[in-house]
Amino acid sequence: MIPTSFDYVAPTSVDEALSVLAEAGDDAKVLAGGQSLLPILRMRLNAPEKVVDLGRIEALRGVRDGGDHIAIGAMTPYCDIVDDALVREHALLLAKAVETVADPQIRHRGTVGGALVHADPAGDVGAPVLALEATLVVVGPGGERTVAASEFFQDLFETSVGDGELLTEIRIPKHTGWGASYEKFVRVSHQWSIVAVAATVRLDGGSIAEARIGLTNMGSTPLRATAVEQALVGKGASDLAEACSAAAEGTNPPSDLNGDADYRRHLAGVLARRAVQKAMEG
Amino acid sequence: MGEKVQRREDPRLLTGNGRYLDDLGRGALQAAFVRSPHAHARIVDIDIADAWELDGVEAIYTWEDLPGRVAEPLPVLIPHPAMTHARTGYCLARDEVNHVGEAVVMVVARDRYVAEDACARITVQYDTLPAVVGVARARDGDRLVHDDVPGNVAANLRQEVGDVDTAMAAAPHTLTLELAIERSACMPMEGKGVFARWDADDGSLRLYSSTQTSTGVRAAVAAKLELPLAKVEVVTPDVGGGFGVKIVHPWPEEVLVPWAARNLGRDVKWTEDRREHFVSSAHERGQLQEVTVGFDDDGRLLALDVHFWHDNGAYTPYGIIVPIITATQLLGPYKPGAYRVEFWSLYTNTVLVTPYRGAGRPQGCYAMERTMDAIAEHRGLDRAEVRSRNFIQPDEMPWDHGLMFQDGRPLKYDSGDFPASLAKLKALVGWDDFAAYREQAAREGRRVGLGIGCYVEGTGVGPYEGGHVQVETSGRVNVATGLTTQGQGHQTILAQIVADELGVPFDDVHVTTGDTRRMAYAVGTFASRGAVMSGNAVALAARVVRAKALRIAAEALEVSPDDLDIADGVVSVKGAPGTSIALKTVAVMSNPLRYAFDASAAAATQFAGTFDPDTPPVGDDDEPGLEGQDFYSPTQATFANGMHAAVVETDPVTAEIRILRYCVVHDCGVMVNPMIVEGQVHGGVAQGVGGALYERMVYDEGGQLLNASFMDFLMPYASEVPHIETDHLETPSPLNPLGIKGAGEAGTIPVSAVIASAIEDAEGFPIRSMPISPAELWELRRRHAASDPHPVPVQEDPR
Repeated sequence: MIPTSFDYVAPTSVDEALSVLAEAGDDAKVLAGGQSLLPILRMRLNAPEKVVDLGRIEALRGVRDGGDHIAIGAMTPYCDIVDDALVREHALLLAKAVETVADPQIRHRGTVGGALVHADPAGDVGAPVLALEATLVVVGPGGERTVAASEFFQDLFETSVGDGELLTEIRIPKHTGWGASYEKFVRVSHQWSIVAVAATVRLDGGSIAEARIGLTNMGSTPLRATAVEQALVGKGASDLAEACSAAAEGTNPPSDLNGDADYRRHLAGVLARRAVQKAMEG
Repeated sequence: MGEKVQRREDPRLLTGNGRYLDDLGRGALQAAFVRSPHAHARIVDIDIADAWELDGVEAIYTWEDLPGRVAEPLPVLIPHPAMTHARTGYCLARDEVNHVGEAVVMVVARDRYVAEDACARITVQYDTLPAVVGVARARDGDRLVHDDVPGNVAANLRQEVGDVDTAMAAAPHTLTLELAIERSACMPMEGKGVFARWDADDGSLRLYSSTQTSTGVRAAVAAKLELPLAKVEVVTPDVGGGFGVKIVHPWPEEVLVPWAARNLGRDVKWTEDRREHFVSSAHERGQLQEVTVGFDDDGRLLALDVHFWHDNGAYTPYGIIVPIITATQLLGPYKPGAYRVEFWSLYTNTVLVTPYRGAGRPQGCYAMERTMDAIAEHRGLDRAEVRSRNFIQPDEMPWDHGLMFQDGRPLKYDSGDFPASLAKLKALVGWDDFAAYREQAAREGRRVGLGIGCYVEGTGVGPYEGGHVQVETSGRVNVATGLTTQGQGHQTILAQIVADELGVPFDDVHVTTGDTRRMAYAVGTFASRGAVMSGNAVALAARVVRAKALRIAAEALEVSPDDLDIADGVVSVKGAPGTSIALKTVAVMSNPLRYAFDASAAAATQFAGTFDPDTPPVGDDDEPGLEGQDFYSPTQATFANGMHAAVVETDPVTAEIRILRYCVVHDCGVMVNPMIVEGQVHGGVAQGVGGALYERMVYDEGGQLLNASFMDFLMPYASEVPHIETDHLETPSPLNPLGIKGAGEAGTIPVSAVIASAIEDAEGFPIRSMPISPAELWELRRRHAASDPHPVPVQEDPR
């Protein structure tokens, strides 16, 4: 379990990183925390000639107030998200999801941007980013472009970030005052999600004015349950089950050692109701 | 003895000052292996040319390169007359591979990086053969693992006590249960590892191995390398867990690494990585079982007829110890009436199966306890009551089951008070109040169940262990025993025993384990035998030293040895503490010297005092030095026992399974250190919980292990291990001087049985296959709802 040999480069700016990537072409891999990349290299599932470590680019780290949105640097580690005041105030769902990721060591190393670009459908960052209707900032040789979260995830381990491009920032529209919950079903605490449901709601009186629901590990990409979101409008806390039972409609979840697709569909409905109910509580 | 002394190992180990195998051998060449990617195949060709191109490659070996006995199959460690078709592998595969992970080529290189790069450049061509995976497939016998082993049967063993057929025919009630239990594995934090230093000038080998038996490795390696035993020494450094897998020896690497070191005249080392541990060490547990039981109206056993099929993997280096233990220890604390057990140990194209903590007992306990619950259900009786009615009573001890145990000796229980243990357990878990708790939970929409499981564990099997105790002139006491330690706390408990026996301060006693330079005769650490065997051996050795100290001191003080006592390192006259002599002074006197090198030595030199010119300085029957050695060798195993109960909650909608409470009543005889006993129980229960709810080795039909990483092979974290409530009963063993019965595996044995019992109680349908996941429980609910003419309406989510 030792990687093949590779060159290691640690640029200190995005421009420098882009030029290193441009030069290396297909033979480079970006290291953005390394919690997935290093096991992949150690098992020799991938053997890049060059590893470009973004860990020294200070500009990619941290959360700032962008006016109508908060902007999270792609290299911000999970642990910095969990307790960040801006995130908790305006994108509580993300904080709730990120605090369930693996264990403290991994949350100190792993980054939000790294997880998004790796795009493992069992990862916990995609669903809340999707549900919160984030915009992702991607830079490349041709300059900067923005991608809606709904366009970002293409397939299993595949995003719209192209060769030679980098995800630099995640912009999340402020969901100030929205309640949130991330209901994650695992067998042991540090496991990848078997299924998880990300829910955030805005209440009007005792009932739901707006709801956003994201699904983890219910298909090859994170998914959004828009039909459930619509069905929840106007519903009170005791009246969620029917709307949520449709959470798995139209999904094509995987079958694996932890459960088959039927079980995952069943769980999605249960977890959706639990998540929405908890989100309504704050 | 008997005190909760803090473990003296812990400060060193917990602050990163342990010295494990991989910490040794800086600068040594490192080995890596090309392992089979196929479960069953013939090797057609091996091309190593490309690998030689790499700078830093020192050697590449295939089976063809191995000389003499190194090229022969590995030994069958524990032969048995019923094992008619024992098969073992080669150090490097010869012609055929029989499981994914079997070593085919060994590379030795400057470092592990180069070694693994070289492995990646080696091409092995295979002709694949159909794989035999799973007990059912092996039993079918339509595909064979070894061409010359019909039906894949390594061994078939049947034991019968009484007339089962007659008793069964006469029984008022009979039940048959079909049961399954899955594979798991030891998974120590530290995998295996070997570091060899060959001294070419001396023609001698020092081998370090992360093993549970240094004397076993020494003898095996000396035999394979055709070296005199005197030229081989084996040392175990700190070992990061064993749990059974490291009792197997010699592993191929334990032969190849020293052989390569001798060949190359260089230090060579190999450290197993996690993926290698998954596919090239050992697994355990997998069995299919069929139990038929006959019983009376009161639930008393009249006849028990058990057949089981044991998956022994590709080879049988450790014989049939695991299924023998299942067959015998299945009986637990019960009188079975007439008993017949027959097993078939079957080859499959999977990693070999050798003991894992519990070693066949968890399977046996599971079969028996599932049966007890089924009888209670059938008769409408309380589950604890059914067990109680079948207990062997305290006044029936010793109880001889009439069977042969794993050590070839009678299965004869030495002690135990099962009714008292059950009473303690029922009080601890609140057995009689559970119905009220269940009703309360049901009103809240929650589903809870109570499970129970009882076991008896044969511990402390022979043949022997030794102890050596030496008092230095500084007062330091050196203790050596040959069995190895993997974190159990042997340094602490053996020091406690010697301090008590000898009458010296605990802090003066220093213990060495698993070093053939200090104790050449030993067996190993397995079968919960450390405290029983080495504990008694060092106690006996300490008594030898004590007697000698008293004799020397008695001469010096001109009193009878009977009038002396030793306490706190001082020998003094009983009732006259002023008349005394320090034990370290006795050590000086015990060794007459010609040369002085310090003040205490000067006191022992030839002109230092008066002496009798007519007697030699060392008497005819005496030896110099205040030291002694003795061995403990029992006629049979001791039998510890215990009973566990658990309260489990199953989520009515997601089928999530949570252990709310876990209670243990445990009787390991006299406890040397109750804190260490509890720690052993806690660790054992944690592994048991893993086996009950999480761990399984998932092979596909082609024999690929699908979950060979910690990402996919789930083990419980601290967050999944329940708080464990313990109570102890101490019925001393009459078989050994200290009355110890052994505690190492106790926690693990009944957990799958207990959790199955609790889930069954919560759900109301039988659990016949373990481990069980939420997805499987959910599927079982669907199946039972579909076949139930009056299904319970789908429950609303209480959360």
